[in-house]
Amino acid sequence: MRITRVLGAALLTLGLAAGPAAADSSPSDSSPPGSTPSPSASDGASAPTSAGTSFRTATEIAQGKTATASASTGDYLYWSFPADVGRRPTVRATVKLPRSHAAQTWQVDVYDGLRRRQACQYGAQTRTVEPGTGSVELACVLRTVRAWSQPWANDPLPGTYYVRLTAVDVRTADLGQPVGARVRVESKDIGGPAAVDGRLAKPLVPGVAARTQAETDGKSEQSAEPAALSGTEPDGGWSSGWWSDRWVWTAIGAALAALAGIGGYALTRGSGRPSRMPSQGS
Amino acid sequence: MIRRQRLAAGLCALLAVLAAGLAFPAGAVADETTAHTPKVDLVIDVSGSMRTKDIDGTSRMAAAKQAFNEVLDATPEGVQLGIRTLGATYPGDDRKTGCKDTAQLYPVGPLDRTEAKTAVATLTPTGWTPIGPALLKAADDLDGGEGSKRIVLISDGEDTCAPLDPCEVARGIAAKGIGLTIDTLGLVPNTKMRAQLSCIAAATGGTYTSVEHADELTDKVNQLVDRAADPVVTPVATDGGDSCAKAPTLKSGLYTDHEEFGRQRWYRVDVRPGQELRASVSVAADRAMRPDYGLLLRAVTVHGREIVRGEAAGSGRTDMISTGLRYPKADSDDDRAPAETVCLQLTNSFTAASGVKTTPGLPVELTVDVVGGPSQADDVASFGLGRGWWLLGALVLFGFLAGLVWGWLSRWRVAVWRTN
Repeated sequence: MRITRVLGAALLTLGLAAGPAAADSSPSDSSPPGSTPSPSASDGASAPTSAGTSFRTATEIAQGKTATASASTGDYLYWSFPADVGRRPTVRATVKLPRSHAAQTWQVDVYDGLRRRQACQYGAQTRTVEPGTGSVELACVLRTVRAWSQPWANDPLPGTYYVRLTAVDVRTADLGQPVGARVRVESKDIGGPAAVDGRLAKPLVPGVAARTQAETDGKSEQSAEPAALSGTEPDGGWSSGWWSDRWVWTAIGAALAALAGIGGYALTRGSGRPSRMPSQGS
Repeated sequence: MIRRQRLAAGLCALLAVLAAGLAFPAGAVADETTAHTPKVDLVIDVSGSMRTKDIDGTSRMAAAKQAFNEVLDATPEGVQLGIRTLGATYPGDDRKTGCKDTAQLYPVGPLDRTEAKTAVATLTPTGWTPIGPALLKAADDLDGGEGSKRIVLISDGEDTCAPLDPCEVARGIAAKGIGLTIDTLGLVPNTKMRAQLSCIAAATGGTYTSVEHADELTDKVNQLVDRAADPVVTPVATDGGDSCAKAPTLKSGLYTDHEEFGRQRWYRVDVRPGQELRASVSVAADRAMRPDYGLLLRAVTVHGREIVRGEAAGSGRTDMISTGLRYPKADSDDDRAPAETVCLQLTNSFTAASGVKTTPGLPVELTVDVVGGPSQADDVASFGLGRGWWLLGALVLFGFLAGLVWGWLSRWRVAVWRTN
């Protein structure tokens, strides 16, 4: 009996201690360290000011930074960014159009590390502007990045993502006119609800095998100025995948179950000494 | 906890980098970089029309010269820059001679700014606009080396040397697989010229820009030269087979190839048990196409059974269409289990617009990655962890019931003990 009381007290303390922590992290936001864009990181001097023109030359951008590029109508602009497990990236693009132009259709497309087109859940991915409009804003909210999916599925997986911004419908007379593009990628932490049963051996970063091969071949001097297909990585590195708010939920659940168990046990005992005891004892 | 682990990992990485920096002397790096030096050839139109004074009140030629001077000053170290002219020497009316009129003003090589500027100063607007021949020669200028290659074509008129279509010339250059990009700039362009210059740019994955002001010209050329200086991976040319049996075996890397309309391309990749094959492919639309198109990449066994496929379809203006697939091969208990040969079959459903040549084939870019370790089920969800209010409710309920049962059991046991 004494043991149960001690145990109960211990569990109660545990429950109380875990409570606030759970309140912090369980609802939705258990930020894995380093993956949340810090406020100071926005619009830093290191944000890229140009864009690539193909998958191979895509400019790498970090999440939470605004990349800019001056380009011409008709250019295909490419950026790449890393997206990690449990995050739901949102790509926002703004194009500043020249003063005079005909109706144009602009589109932002997102591709994953295997160059498969990724669907947008919401957001105006394609927009047609009237002649003379000053700017056009596009957005694409991707699906939550899962830790694993079957090879036959097209689910978003952790790794490099490519953004392609272009005018998909434009008159020949408007080709080559100067435009300014701004792209910003942010992501929302979905966390535990998105956990799935499995994990990729390596994130879907193109060229990852070729790079490790070059390193093991002892050609490391070549990679002094690495011309990698993609070198993106979230700040703080790819998540190891073992942390999730499911630990907190399960721990709290266990503690509450133990308390409820003690409660149930105590209920069968009534309060204090059993009433029959003295009469039996005499 | 994770933070600490990452910190430790970061420190280790930092140490490793420092150690590597010490271990490999700078000399070794220098050798590697000369072969990978980026090369840029500026091709400038010096035809008679460049005399027109319509860029900020000065002549097109003067604007181009000013831009060149500024670009030469701003050229990054390590970029080999050359200048080629078209229509600079022959003022006559003979079309045949006029259409051969292209000359190297400054050879592609280490840049001597003063010499290059002196050469630019001598230019006077003279002759024809032989864009096609100039592009062919410029491609020869850039021959050799493995670095990125870029032609920047500045012109104020469309090609005057038909029937040699500069678009087809550009496609031919791209088909050589030397990784060359042509960017075009049109000075005060008209619609026909826009169409032609953007066609040249699209044929090699380059960009087209209209220029109306001198500062735009300077900014754009600077941007293009800077872009050439960015290190990029140079793809390896390969030649896919008509069937799996005749296909080349590829290792991890980046490849280019060409695929004719309506034809298949096959490649082979060896995948050992416990490895994962990742392949992605892009087919570029380098000419005028019908508006609807598609791409299919299949991984099949040598016996023809399909393992997995990647598909893409699209509509409208595009530079390329791409798809990819991955195939994790299950681990085997036998260490000496043989590698499986996976055949990759590539087909596209592009259709060339009417009147557009279908040769050479469409440029294909293929990335193959064979990474260690197939997918493992070892994340938190598979430890049996759960989340949510239903989980909490269920745990509390079952805990309570367990407590009740335990309580009754012990009461019953005490009662039994007392009666005995």
